[in-house]
Amino acid sequence: MKGYLGIDIGSISTKGVVIDENNEIVASEYLWTEGDPMGAVKRLLKVLENQLNGKNIKIVSVGTTGSARKLIGVMTNASVVKNEITAHAVGTTTLHPDVNTIFEIGGQDSKIIIIENGYVVDYAMNTLCAAGTGSFLSSQAHRLGVSVEEFGEIALKSKHPTNIAARCTVFAESDLVHKAQIGHSKEDIIAGLCKAVVTNYLNNIGKGKKFNPPIVFQGGVSKNVGVKKAFEDAVGHEVIVDKNGHLMGAFGVAVLAKNSGIEKEFSFDVIDTEFKTTGFDCPKCANHCEIVCVFKDNKLIDSWGNKCDNGAVKIN
Amino acid sequence: MNNEIIACFPQWGSYYCAFRFLFENGFGVKYMTPPPITKNTIELGSKHSPDYVCVPFKYCLGCHIEALEKGANCLMQIYGGCRLNYYGELEEKILKDLGYNFKFFNMAEINFKSPKSILQNLKIVNPNVSIVKIAKALPATIGIIKTIDRMEDFIRQNAGFEQNENEMEDIFSEFKQKLDSTTGYKEYKKLKKEYLKKLANVKINKPKNPIRVGLVGDYYTVQEPFSNYNMEKELEKMGIEVHREMNLTNTIIKSKYKSSRKIGKKYVKFNIGATANYTVAEALKYAKNGLDGIIQVKSFGCTPELNAQTVLQNISKDYKIPILHFSFDSQTSETGIKTRLEAFYDMLSAKKK
Repeated sequence: MKGYLGIDIGSISTKGVVIDENNEIVASEYLWTEGDPMGAVKRLLKVLENQLNGKNIKIVSVGTTGSARKLIGVMTNASVVKNEITAHAVGTTTLHPDVNTIFEIGGQDSKIIIIENGYVVDYAMNTLCAAGTGSFLSSQAHRLGVSVEEFGEIALKSKHPTNIAARCTVFAESDLVHKAQIGHSKEDIIAGLCKAVVTNYLNNIGKGKKFNPPIVFQGGVSKNVGVKKAFEDAVGHEVIVDKNGHLMGAFGVAVLAKNSGIEKEFSFDVIDTEFKTTGFDCPKCANHCEIVCVFKDNKLIDSWGNKCDNGAVKIN
Repeated sequence: MNNEIIACFPQWGSYYCAFRFLFENGFGVKYMTPPPITKNTIELGSKHSPDYVCVPFKYCLGCHIEALEKGANCLMQIYGGCRLNYYGELEEKILKDLGYNFKFFNMAEINFKSPKSILQNLKIVNPNVSIVKIAKALPATIGIIKTIDRMEDFIRQNAGFEQNENEMEDIFSEFKQKLDSTTGYKEYKKLKKEYLKKLANVKINKPKNPIRVGLVGDYYTVQEPFSNYNMEKELEKMGIEVHREMNLTNTIIKSKYKSSRKIGKKYVKFNIGATANYTVAEALKYAKNGLDGIIQVKSFGCTPELNAQTVLQNISKDYKIPILHFSFDSQTSETGIKTRLEAFYDMLSAKKK
């Protein structure tokens, strides 16, 4: 049977999903990018290959999304390279056709997508800073000596969440230290942090938007039940967290690859192929574009980063 | 000692053509076309600017430093209804502190009610300035500005559909190059006719109902391509018809301020600073004309545009037109901008179907 591979390479985590022709997930994996997108994808592919073992599925098309989508798209010979906003919207509307609002909080970014009748009609994404995203929560969890995984459960125990300044990560952090020192309990502080993340999100990303149910909450932070509850308290509606919510971008881009109708050869051999990137500053004008060249087995296969033709690198 | 005056105004879209004409033929001084903005310009500007100043200041300052290094010795700055009023004073001080020697024509210091003050200030550029000569050069200067705006409007709306990529941009560049040596009104008129025709003759494949997007934003960011990461070109490449009303023709030559206030009356009752009332009126016009989306570009910390942003959200709700907001500082990753633009395009094209 034909299979479609979707890969979502984020700043923090890398997600991979293989779907069959009926959009059923037949293999999936979630692992840390660790600052090495190509290495992460190789590890990811190894896991997926093992999961597919004996399932008689042949991958005929690959889609990539996330901040490293272009690089990984070249590496895996992808037929679709799509931005993560569209990928998430497509993934979610495939699984929840009636969804009207998507909240998403990832490691470094957060976004809101408003959907009407299955079409995206509005969206917003955080701009300059990463306040209120997953990386903030995990650094604060570390400070409080609890793991991010337990964070949500602890928050649910609190009856009086502490008020924590939500506007900016730096302020939130000093507020948190202060509240801890004057004797607020850990549960209350953790619940307060969850609330702060939600307040920050709704004030920044959700500013001026209407949140019509059904609301789906996804991205890594959606696994945190404390944040989910804080969202429900704040918007007054039930918030759905899909069990595959953390894979939605990868799932969406796999669906896009399937719907594109383009089939390109893909082989798990890329795991053993050597890929290398080199970067250099183009000296031809004062723009000094940072040009990236991608090599496959020491052969140049693609390059980008140049603003003008002077910096174009010829591919033989 | 070389006493030749070499004037330079910061890089601002394609208007250097008009400024060159005015200074060489009106003021009777040499004009230096500022070097194109590069990463180096903004790095220089940021290095010597207060960190929290709005980013157009950093571009202007960087541009002035580059011009001084290349031999310009008479700089100038305009004024406006926001922090722009202080640009000149601050720039002059920073550049003097850096040890540069130059004359500075700061239009914020002119008292336009007093002919004496006007003349005094014009004499900063050239002590032997002749008002008659300036008056004679004005019709062509205004003409050049209007033609540039007209051509750019045409290119924005059509370049996304041309059969041979970059044809229009090449014609436009050629036009600007030829303008460089014009000295009179007749000569300019002839060029204008010739190149408008050339542009109109470029072959395009435009669908009947293309995606149309309108740009709004603060005066500098929306007009200077480098400062908005060449957004217009990016949109054109996606096959979008781009609209942008903010230009010199609409704000200074035809001054549509009063009509802007009137158009936007339902949404803002008072002056919200700088050109933000224009922004509101333009967005409303785009919405009423049935454009598919609006993009607001502004420099981080631009208060008038921040005022407009909230108003734009009301327009977005009332007319069901999506608006994408960008806030730029000297550093913003291009990848992030492209991601948002791509998603915006996906959204508009899915809706269109």
